[in-house]
Amino acid sequence: MSQESILDLPDLNRRRLLKGVGIATGLALTIGVNGLVRAAVEEPKKYGGDAMPGGLKADVLVFVSISTDGIVNIVAHRSEMGQGVRTSLPMVVADELEADWERVKVVQAEGNEARYGNQNTDGSRSMRHHFEPMRRIGATARMMLETAAALAWGVPISEVEAKQHQVVHKPSGKKLGYGELSAAAAKVPVPARDKLKLKSSAEFRYIGKQNTRNIDGQKIVTGTTHYGIDTQLKGMLHAVVARPPVFGGKVKSFDASAALKVPGVMKVIELQGSNLPPLFHPLGGIAVLASNTWAAIKGREALKITWDHGSNASYDSQAFRKTLENAARKPAKAVRNNGDAVGVLAKSKQLFSAEYYQPHIAHGTMEPPAATVQIVDGKCEAWACVQDPQAALNTVAGHLGFKPENVKVNVTLLGGGFGRKSKPDFVAEAALLSQAMGGKPVKVTWTREDDLHHDYFHTVSLERIECALDAKGMPTAWLHRTTAPTIASTFVENAKGGAPFELGMGAVNMPFNIPNMRVESPEIPAHTRIGWFRSVSNIPHAFAVQSFVAELAHQAKRDPRDYLLDLLGPARKVNPESISDSWNYGESPERYPIDIGRMRHVVELACQKAGWGRKLPKSHGLGLALCYNFVTYIATVVEVVVGDDGEVSIPRVDIAVDCGPQVNPDRIRSQAEGACIMGASLTLTGEITFKNGVAQQSNFHEYQVLRIDEAPREIRVHMVDHGLDVPLGGVGEPVTPTIAPAICNAIFAATGQRIRTLPIRDQLKA
Amino acid sequence: MVTLEINGKSSQLDVPNEMPLLWAIRDIAQLTGTKFGCGMALCGACTVHLDNEPVRACVTPVSAAVGKKITTVEAIGEDKVGKAVQQAWLELGVAQCGYCQAGQVMSATALLKSTSNPTDDEIDEAMSGNICRCGTYPRIRAAIKLAAKEGTK
Ligand code: FES
Ligand code: FES
Repeated sequence: MSQESILDLPDLNRRRLLKGVGIATGLALTIGVNGLVRAAVEEPKKYGGDAMPGGLKADVLVFVSISTDGIVNIVAHRSEMGQGVRTSLPMVVADELEADWERVKVVQAEGNEARYGNQNTDGSRSMRHHFEPMRRIGATARMMLETAAALAWGVPISEVEAKQHQVVHKPSGKKLGYGELSAAAAKVPVPARDKLKLKSSAEFRYIGKQNTRNIDGQKIVTGTTHYGIDTQLKGMLHAVVARPPVFGGKVKSFDASAALKVPGVMKVIELQGSNLPPLFHPLGGIAVLASNTWAAIKGREALKITWDHGSNASYDSQAFRKTLENAARKPAKAVRNNGDAVGVLAKSKQLFSAEYYQPHIAHGTMEPPAATVQIVDGKCEAWACVQDPQAALNTVAGHLGFKPENVKVNVTLLGGGFGRKSKPDFVAEAALLSQAMGGKPVKVTWTREDDLHHDYFHTVSLERIECALDAKGMPTAWLHRTTAPTIASTFVENAKGGAPFELGMGAVNMPFNIPNMRVESPEIPAHTRIGWFRSVSNIPHAFAVQSFVAELAHQAKRDPRDYLLDLLGPARKVNPESISDSWNYGESPERYPIDIGRMRHVVELACQKAGWGRKLPKSHGLGLALCYNFVTYIATVVEVVVGDDGEVSIPRVDIAVDCGPQVNPDRIRSQAEGACIMGASLTLTGEITFKNGVAQQSNFHEYQVLRIDEAPREIRVHMVDHGLDVPLGGVGEPVTPTIAPAICNAIFAATGQRIRTLPIRDQLKA
Repeated sequence: MVTLEINGKSSQLDVPNEMPLLWAIRDIAQLTGTKFGCGMALCGACTVHLDNEPVRACVTPVSAAVGKKITTVEAIGEDKVGKAVQQAWLELGVAQCGYCQAGQVMSATALLKSTSNPTDDEIDEAMSGNICRCGTYPRIRAAIKLAAKEGTK
């Protein structure tokens, strides 16, 4: 993707929207037996971190510096939003470096992918892609320190060893601290990659262990961290923006006279909207700038604006559901077709079908979007809670008409991200306002109403599955029509139909042992900004598929666990390309095949730990769901209680997690717990509806998210240990999609009532 | 001009009487530990103590805080119970993104100051006004219990 077309193309690439270029053709054959000959054919297709914008960087001189007092400074180049990445990645460096964690300082990188490699903290990729580069960086630094010590003592390198912040001369017991060695080590040649000696897993001090202090923990509990909303600069103006209530709308006219009379209000500025596609552009509207946030909010209330609502003014969630249903009941373009599902369905007498609906949901990060920008001498500097600082930089540069090298994006802590903060529209707003104010620092704060009205919403979807069944109630044909506006519409005007990366999230890549499998993707227009939300399309797909499987088990009068295992079939490895998944989370199909053995194992583990089949009191039920996502294997068993009043409570959840190597186990657990609660939230109450094009929920009284009294009471996370024998899987997202179907299956077990529409809200209260 | 006593320090702030305490603390006194999450007393992110009682600063006008002791998360560690809560939070790795945690720590400290050994129902009651979108609730519950135990030692 070219660098010049900053505003439209790289962003497209950021979630691998369209299928990647450069298909691997006969790659293995071009490598000679001795590994030396490589035919000059096209470049092999890249996977994983190598395929991301900016790629992977492992330059020790960029990532590590050691001061003479022995403090080891390690750069965190990914954004911290609660997943623990500012601890976990530097911890990997520290481990290989034999640095004492108490003497490590973490330095947050600004947005600069040419320097740091990919920084787009999204897609459950940070550890998956950067574990190995971080190990190499740590090992490189360790070997440079050892070399420096050996030179200082004039002894062979084999006689020295780095251990916990010092290098020891083994025969004599002499020691030199890292601080003492730092200047000399910096002059030592950087060892070549193939000379690096990585630790064996038995030598790990922090990796895979429970004891590593979270680098931000102390500051969080004392309120002294810096989030995007916390930036304070001298002379800073505080801004809030009245944005078009309907996506695609514009300001027709406005009267700012009353707003300008509000004490503290200093200026009212019109922000231009942008043409389609929405990309990461600001929505436009009227900005009120004031000496404090409160005055800006009051000023905004006093604005009189007439809007031109544009072409989405009739968007109505109830009517749109009908549109989705109609589309889901008609044949559409096949995006996977193994065997002849259509033919078998047409001939079969035993048919079963069901439809599952999930509405739009909003991310609702506790910290709403917020950014501060100032421009001094033609250089723009931003402080922002962004998941993707390079995209923020490119977006700001494009809007200001600046060269990228004249824009600097400082990454603060993020008060939650969940996919929302990978879209830097709010940073561009602050930049445009600063520019309009002659470069003065301007902070834009989104109120909760702004956040819920103008999100990049998780898509609404209608999933229809039809099956033909044999005499034993097992499917002989499966047809899944996944019907939803696509995230691609955010990047390409009028894009319709599932993008490969959406279809590859649990629609096409269901590796069921069914001879005739077909997936179709009807073309549905979007009427609002659609974005990715923690685990993305896996949420509606897993809700439908895992509910449907439990429904089939019930039809067949079988135990849902046994039925699911039978559908998976025997342990084997499935090449995702063989089932029309060209995406595979951007990973190599050879390195990351779909492993049915691991799927079966998490199902068995979750059930065993949950006491599957145990006798339960009345109105209790157990429900199971499986989801392979972000190349991680998750199975969840939820126990629910449905009260006489139809109120659902969740006393216990058992989650089996197989994400490959476990680098920071406690943060894996906490991500599983958090994703579980977020999944329960979207299941029970999560819904954004539209009427006349306007999102109807404005704050947490209308968009309800789970609170402590409603949250699952006990969440047990059971991790599968592979050591380092399999490649890493994602951690931040994968638990989320299992929760809705597991809860709904548990409700069915408890009450015999089947939920096919999310959220559950009052459905059991009739 | 209003005079507010924040964390033991008295300061004169040039703000209108009806300005919510939250914005006076964050934008004028420039203590940003106290967070904005909803502005409508729905999420608890802005919780501070007024004379040891938890209040939602986003709906408390500064006029209501005049003459009272305002304590924010930045100073709650000077309180024995507040310190125990922070310690328990660290011990159990409660925080994820951490954004809600100032409010959680303030609500939990207020709870433990009035109820030294709260039941689950009392925890629900005291903490259900504090949203954590990251879903740290099970650890919050456990950390309150841990702080209660440590506090009585
Ligand atoms: S900001 Fe005050 S309760 Fe949410
Ligand atoms: S820790 Fe992120 S909102 Fe609570």
